[in-house]
Amino acid sequence: MLNLFKFKGGVKPPTNKTQSLGRPIAVAPLPSRLVVPLHQSIGGTPRPVVQAGDKVLKGQLIGEADGWISAAVHAPTSGTVVAVDMHVQPHPSGLDALCVVIEPDGRDEWTTRVPVDHRALAPEEVRERLQQAGVVGLGGAVFPTHGKLTPSKTVPMQELVINGAECEPFITCDDLLMRERADEVVRGIGIFRDLLQPEKVLIGIEDNKPEAAAAMRAAVQALGESFEVVQVPTLYPAGGAKQLIRVLTGKEVPASKRSTDLGVQCFNVATAYTAWRALAHGEPVVSRLVTVTGNVAEPCNYEVLIGTPMAEVLKLGRPHPDTDGIVMGGPMMGFLVPDGEVPVVKATNCLIAHSERLFPPKAPEMPCIRCGSCARACPHELQPFEMYWFARAKNFGKTQEYHIFDCIECGCCSFVCPSRIPLVQYFRFAKSEIWAREREKKAADTAKTRFEFKQLREEREKAEKAEKLARAAAAQAAKKAAEAAAAAGEAAPGETAAAVDAETDPKKAAIAAAMARAKAQREAAPPRNTEQLNAVQQRELDEIEARRQAAGISPAAPAEKTE
Amino acid sequence: MELLLAIAVMALGAVVLGAALGYAAIKFRVEGDPLVEKIEAILPQTQCGQCGYPGCKPYADAIAKGEADINLCPPGGMEGVQRLADLLGREVKPLDAEEKPKQVAIIDENTCIGCTLCIQACPVDAIVGAAKQMHTIIAGQCTGCELCLPPCPVECIRMEAITENIDNWKWKYPVVEIKAAAPQKAA
Repeated sequence: MLNLFKFKGGVKPPTNKTQSLGRPIAVAPLPSRLVVPLHQSIGGTPRPVVQAGDKVLKGQLIGEADGWISAAVHAPTSGTVVAVDMHVQPHPSGLDALCVVIEPDGRDEWTTRVPVDHRALAPEEVRERLQQAGVVGLGGAVFPTHGKLTPSKTVPMQELVINGAECEPFITCDDLLMRERADEVVRGIGIFRDLLQPEKVLIGIEDNKPEAAAAMRAAVQALGESFEVVQVPTLYPAGGAKQLIRVLTGKEVPASKRSTDLGVQCFNVATAYTAWRALAHGEPVVSRLVTVTGNVAEPCNYEVLIGTPMAEVLKLGRPHPDTDGIVMGGPMMGFLVPDGEVPVVKATNCLIAHSERLFPPKAPEMPCIRCGSCARACPHELQPFEMYWFARAKNFGKTQEYHIFDCIECGCCSFVCPSRIPLVQYFRFAKSEIWAREREKKAADTAKTRFEFKQLREEREKAEKAEKLARAAAAQAAKKAAEAAAAAGEAAPGETAAAVDAETDPKKAAIAAAMARAKAQREAAPPRNTEQLNAVQQRELDEIEARRQAAGISPAAPAEKTE
Repeated sequence: MELLLAIAVMALGAVVLGAALGYAAIKFRVEGDPLVEKIEAILPQTQCGQCGYPGCKPYADAIAKGEADINLCPPGGMEGVQRLADLLGREVKPLDAEEKPKQVAIIDENTCIGCTLCIQACPVDAIVGAAKQMHTIIAGQCTGCELCLPPCPVECIRMEAITENIDNWKWKYPVVEIKAAAPQKAA
């Protein structure tokens, strides 16, 4: 039996999971309209590759990954693209972002699926296929999975942690996934194992899900794998990546490092499942399991197409009439979505019908009494009350000194606060202010360097112009002198200017000297545009020079041609 | 004798310490004015010249010398004035102009005649184009300084305020502000 470790803090909110565990996973019916946001993962926003009027098949690429940390987006069903435009997002801001709107044709016809055996492919190719299939972390952070599957060159991979803890109250989608589809989850973990080559694989499941743990154990045994299914104590937030790593391996990931630096990598069970479907079945991520619970008559888990309006999904659970909103995510970390039209995205693990009966409005915030409960509850051993003071006073430098960026916004501090202070909201406010300031600082720095470069360039251009003018003036003087000499030559018949020996005529000598000076000046200041030529340009220039030589306009004497 | 010795010892000490100080003054010489750099770091680097100086650096110089007031920078806003006041120990003054939201210049490409005048005016090279070719603005580099507006002969450049989007959205301050109730009208 594995020796388990503990993390500090944590809380035990009522789990409220049994309501939605009574029914098996159901498939949500095809909605009337799908609104698929292009930006569904961390990283670059995928570029749309379809336009209004296009016919798409289920699983067809509609958004192409932009950069390495970005994941592709696919059509969740077959139909017609109605528009590519801005729609309200499942985001606390309630702002719009670019979405592909698809009207289903009802046939749900797949595009050609290419199943592959990942063991026959090079690791790079597996990672690329996962990116093309839009596989992202389905635990909630939606980080592109392929970006986490490159083993560190310096640190040997010791433990691969698979997160099936699902510690948030109300949410049961991972539980049901492990109960019903354990076999494919374990096969998916096999893919991660093959890519990362860890010494051992640990599957962490909270001990309030014995059925899921049993199903996973059975699947591991049936497939002859050596993965260890570990039941961890039920304590919120045991499902946080750093907390689960701590519980299973005893390793504490420092603020400035990533878990890979300690030889640990962590994935959600649903991510493993989608990775397996993507490779072995050639099916990109077009749907996910969503728990529909809260103020509904029939709480249940549904397999929902990405882009389905949340209100349509919630309707399946028959919400009670006093429902007044939808919470996406759990009650600890979730947020009220702006309206029921917002689509289900890859990060949507749970929809809770909100009502005042279920979540009574909080009593007004009271002053902090410095009881320290929040510091005892914080799973990251931060001091929320200190960060609260500084965030409230907008003293952001100080909040950073108290490591506000290590806060995972789990909500434990707000949960235990006897004064009902919305601590997490203060921290989110401080974090986004700091980010905004950093963005501004960066913009100011770029503007400054660009401005300085422009000034430098203008000065250089001015100097070059002055040089050119000086050269032209010298040439003019030389020309005048030559004309005077020619006039002098005409005055003395029988003698041409060229035939005169320079040494015998002081005027000619002066001209020759002026020309030599002009030439020297010209050579001292070569044209700036001939410094970095490629072979072709150089050849062309040489040809031109040859022609000029042949025509008798030698470049050695352009001073006479210059006006 | 003892008096002379004491004087000699003190003189020697003075010479040694003086030499050390002199050496330190050369060795650890600070190039430029560090205060100017600190002031410049607070200024928003829009290079707009709205303060009356040809760029942020000259304005920072003028502030450091005490020639200019700290409330002349409209893009920096009241927050900038506050930070300058904190840095310099001066009193906070109301801004000498109205505060504007952040904006970005946009060229109406149908009207643009390709005269390159705005390209020359842009302090941060954020306009691309060539003679008799359409010009356009690199929005990400535009500081919203408005310097391109006056030179345009066909008035095809307009300023647009940068609206909130998902990328620049910020969580709001959670404290509920207490507002004074509207004064009741006497009957």
